[in-house]
Parts: sequence; structure tokens; C-alpha cells
Amino acid sequence: MMDTAPHSTSHSTAHPASRGAMWLRLLTGGARPLHDWSTVRACDGILAGRPARYLAIVPDADNGFPRARNGEVGLVEGWRLAQAVRDVIDEDRDRAVQDKRPIVAIIDVPSQAYGRREEAYGIHQALAGAVAAYADARRAGHPVIGLIVGLAMSGAFLAHGYQANRLVALDDPDVAVHAMGKASAARVTLRSVEALEQLAARVPPMAYDIKSFASLGILHEVLRLTNLALPDEQDLALVHGALEAALADILSDPRRDLANRLQGAHRGASRRVRELLATQWEAAD
Amino acid sequence: MERLEYEFAAGQPARGRTVSGVVSSGDLEVLLEPAGAGRTTIAVQTSVDGYGATWQALLARVFGAGDLPAARIEINDNGATPGVVRMRIEQAYEQVNETGGGA
Amino acid sequence: MNIDELLQRDSFIERGARARAQALLDPGTCRELAGPFERLHSPWLAMQQLVTQADDGVVVAKGLLGGRPTVVLAIEGAFQGGSMGEIGGAKIAGALELAVRDNERGVPTQAVIVFETGGVRLQEANLGLAAIADIQSGIVALRRYRPVVGVSAGTVGCYGGMSIAAGLCSYFIMTREARLGLNGPQVIEQEAGVAEFDARQRGLIWSLTGGEQRVATHLADACVDDDTAAVRAAVADCFARGVPPVHRSDRAADFLACLAQVDTTQQATPDDVRRLYGKGLA
Repeated sequence: MMDTAPHSTSHSTAHPASRGAMWLRLLTGGARPLHDWSTVRACDGILAGRPARYLAIVPDADNGFPRARNGEVGLVEGWRLAQAVRDVIDEDRDRAVQDKRPIVAIIDVPSQAYGRREEAYGIHQALAGAVAAYADARRAGHPVIGLIVGLAMSGAFLAHGYQANRLVALDDPDVAVHAMGKASAARVTLRSVEALEQLAARVPPMAYDIKSFASLGILHEVLRLTNLALPDEQDLALVHGALEAALADILSDPRRDLANRLQGAHRGASRRVRELLATQWEAAD
Repeated sequence: MERLEYEFAAGQPARGRTVSGVVSSGDLEVLLEPAGAGRTTIAVQTSVDGYGATWQALLARVFGAGDLPAARIEINDNGATPGVVRMRIEQAYEQVNETGGGA
Repeated sequence: MNIDELLQRDSFIERGARARAQALLDPGTCRELAGPFERLHSPWLAMQQLVTQADDGVVVAKGLLGGRPTVVLAIEGAFQGGSMGEIGGAKIAGALELAVRDNERGVPTQAVIVFETGGVRLQEANLGLAAIADIQSGIVALRRYRPVVGVSAGTVGCYGGMSIAAGLCSYFIMTREARLGLNGPQVIEQEAGVAEFDARQRGLIWSLTGGEQRVATHLADACVDDDTAAVRAAVADCFARGVPPVHRSDRAADFLACLAQVDTTQQATPDDVRRLYGKGLA
């Protein structure tokens, strides 16, 4: 099963670390990407017997912007993600809500792109483009599912996957969710990396591992595969099953917002704040 | 980080509730609410350990006369000097006296 | 501004979050919700022996602005650098969600967000990040009904995941002192090296991400003097314009067309961006 992107300059099939590319291939049966883009891949696949759009960010060592060559979400990636998602919204505009195609964000993003060009040209705005597109897709009725197969870091995750109705993650040491890499976090908080790791061990939201993240109640499911680097048929079936279960859960939920993430024991304060605001909202007028 | 508690004699209940200051480095936040006549309680949360005696002395200077309006006071301190602590407490009392509170 | 004006001016930057919120709403209409006396202290900071602020660094103030129901979400930049923790983030997201509910019921509640923030509070990392995703969802939901107006005055500016939220706003107002960018200079230097970005070069930082530059390059809508009346007038003006026909975040085609012209072998200069975006995004 080879990637066959038309006149692609991408070397990402040779890139050993691109789980995003691998899972996109596996889940869509090797479908051709719809665009001639090297780092943003949109493919048509099937989910629960229906057409679905799958999206992934993949590395490109020859990418134009030099700070976005290892799978980071940069300027072009943000805006192209936005376009890819809006294409789905536009194409399904006249369909009934229950017929809006699912969108699966395959998440393997080490970070946003860090660079002078990025700040100069407004990478914050490019990522906002992707966030808005995903949020609008969800609100229009498209079931949006995020599948975390590698890193899901900070701005990159906000742009690609964090607006999903449901999030599913693979259970593996190389799968992590966080707001900032350890070295930078240490520098910003004026602590050593070791001190941060010690804190993370007793403060669940500070941890990097997927089990700690799961304890926050934001994920819909965590999947244990037999072989993450080389998934077998059983693994693939497990992932398909989890995506289908997430889809069914979304379709049976009348709400298309992010409220389902607020149930975990560690988000008690988030619930209390909302209750308090609601109680005081009307009384304030 | 240390928590300290103090109590002083006081006058009539404060006329309202207010907050002054922010918990930034070298500053503090003072929450002031009315309490029953005659007694002011002060709960301090401070980033700097081991200064209980200094707090005692400072607060005794501010409240020791026993005639400030009775209040429940909460202080969240991030290493402010005694001068800044006193200023924020006085600011809080000014705010309740001026407007009857307003937070 | 001349000397008299400077002496008379009522600095917006020097106001704390509470005073900013009060200044933006019509006199006598401001009521704070989920305020400090609810004592919503961060459990995560307390766990790490860090002193907490009773409002967790966010003020939610509801009232009228120009006679219209408005909620102001003001971030206190002086507390933990204005960073978003679980509680502060929930205050902003929860208020936006209630504003959306108002509009669904026919009440045209609108929102102002005063961004004075470095992004996620790293002591609460994943809960801060999750809260920012909730905030972003809230902005996208509300801005279909009424404008969401963002303001960043400084001195902290608007960074991290909250800069992405800023990019979702219907309108964004800055002062010259404010900066709007995704990654702080320190983080870029850490990740990409000092040649890519020297975090000590203040001139470079403001020339690329300061209020004047952002407005000149169509990434913000107004650059105002540090004067409370001027900020209030700019906010009112934005609301008067109504929901924009196309939000900045929905202009992917325009931005991609501009970016396709960038010579990526060269570093970017402020003039490069003004030239490209000045024409392509006008």
C-alpha cells in the first residue's frame, strides 16, 4: 500500500516517525490525497459504511517554510486545514444534518511551527482559521472525531483535533498531550526539567502521558493496541471499532458542543464555575 | 507557602465588601467582607514562610486600636513588603467607606 | 498626544482587570459574576504551594455597553502572567456559553474579551489547554449572533493558545504597547535558536507583533492610544459595525494567496508583511 499523491514532493512515506501518514493510509485503504499538498493530507474514506473525510498533518523535509518540516502545524498548514474542512462543509451544505459526513482528524503533531516568519505572517491567525473551520463543521452537524496517534501538542492540537465532538487516543509512551515541550516549559517556569517531571507525577493536568490525560475526562476512549508501530489486522479493527463507537455516540447526542468533556472527576471546578455563572447570570440583570 | 490566622477586636460591621490589589510578585490581594460587630478575623495565605512574627506585628499596628469596622479579611500575599500590605488593607477600608463596597 | 493630553489621560494599561471591565460597561450597570467572594481558588496551584488569587485572574462582568446587554471577560495580566488555568478558563468559556444561550432565546448578549495573557498556565497545563479549546468553541458559537470584540492593551499582550482565540474574534483592538503573537520570544529562541529570534531584541519583537504592525497588516482592526475613553469608543465602534460579513479566520483563500508569494529562503521583515498583506488582505 503506497501513497500515491499526485506529483508529490513529499518524502513522508520515508519519514520513520510519521504515524499520522501511516494511520491515514491504514484507515482509508491507501486512498489518494485530494490535493497536491505536501503537509496537509485530506483523503476520502469510509466510516461505519458511510463516506467520511480523513485529515492528517505529515512531515515534509522540503517544505517551503523551514520551521515547518517535521510535522509541525505552520502558516500554510493552518490555512490549508481550514480549507480542507470548509470544503467538506460546503460540499454537504444542502444535506440534512444526519447526512453530514464525518470528519476524522488523525492527530500526530509535535507542535506549532516556531519561527520568525511564522510570527511575522500571523501563525496565530492561520491556526485560528483551522479552529474556526472545525468548530463550524461540528456546529453544522458534521460528526468530528479526533484520533490521537502520536503527539498532540499545544497550538497544533488546538488547530487540528481539539474542536472535535469526541477524542480517541492510542495508549503508548510516544502518545502525549501537552501545552509545551519540557525544555521550554522548564525555561518559562524557571524550574528544572526534573522538577517539572516530579510535579507532573502528582499533578495530573501537568503530566505528559496519555493515562494521566485520560484521567481528566476529556477523552472518549483510550485504545491498547498490540503493536503501535506496525499495527496488525486486529489493531486496525480495534481502531475502526472505536471510531464507529465515537460516531454512534455523537449521533445519539443532541448537543454538538464540547460539554461531554466536563464529566471527569478532575474537572469539578470547571462544572462548579459554570453552575455558579448560570445561577448568577439572570440575577445580574 | 504558609497559612496564618489572626483575630482583633473591632467596631461596627464594615459597610460592604470589596477587594484590593492583585497576587503579583511583591503585591497582595485583600478581600474584605462585613463581619459581626466587635471582631475582625484575618486569614493570610503567603508565599513566604517564617514571617509569622512580622505579620503579627504589622497587623497589630493596623488593627490593634480595635476600632476599625468589623470585617472578615482574606489576604493572598505574594511577597509584599509590610508597607505594601498596610497600603492594600487601608485601600480596602477606603473602598468600603467610600462606596459601601462594590466588588 | 501633547503634554496636557498625556497628563489628563486615563491609562487603560495601568488599570487592573476589574477596573478595565468596569470602565468598558455603561456606568452603574456593571455586576461581577463568580467573583472573588465565591473564592474559586485554583486547586492545582494550591497543590503546588503557590499562592492563589480569589478570582483566579479572570473578571466576569455583566451589564450594558451602549445600552446593549454585554459581558466583559477581563484577564488579570498581573496574576501568573494572565495565564489560563482551569477556573479562569472556565469563567470565560462558561460566560460565552451563556451569552450564546441568551441569543438562542432572543437576547442579543455580546462579549468583550480583554486579553492580557501568555496562554496556558503551565502549572495546570492540560486543563488550561482544554479550557482554551472551550473558549475558542464559545467564540465561534457566539460570533454568528453578535460580534465578539477582543482587546489587548499590554503590558503582557496576547500570546499562546489565547492568541488563536484572539484570531477568532470579530474585531481586535490593540494599543501600540500591546503585542499579539503565538509563541513568546523566549520560546522561539529556546526551540529555534537565537539566530531565528533573539528574545532580547525588543525592537524586533514590537516591529513584528506590536499593535501598529498588526493593524497595518490587517491582523487587527484598530490601534488606539492608551486612554480608557479611546478604548471604550473603539469597542463601541466595533459593536456598531455588527457581525462582519466574513471573519478574518474564514479568509483562508486570501491568506494562502499571500503566503504563496513569500520567498521562504529569506527571513521576514515587517515591511515584507505590510507589502504582502497590505495588498492581499485589504
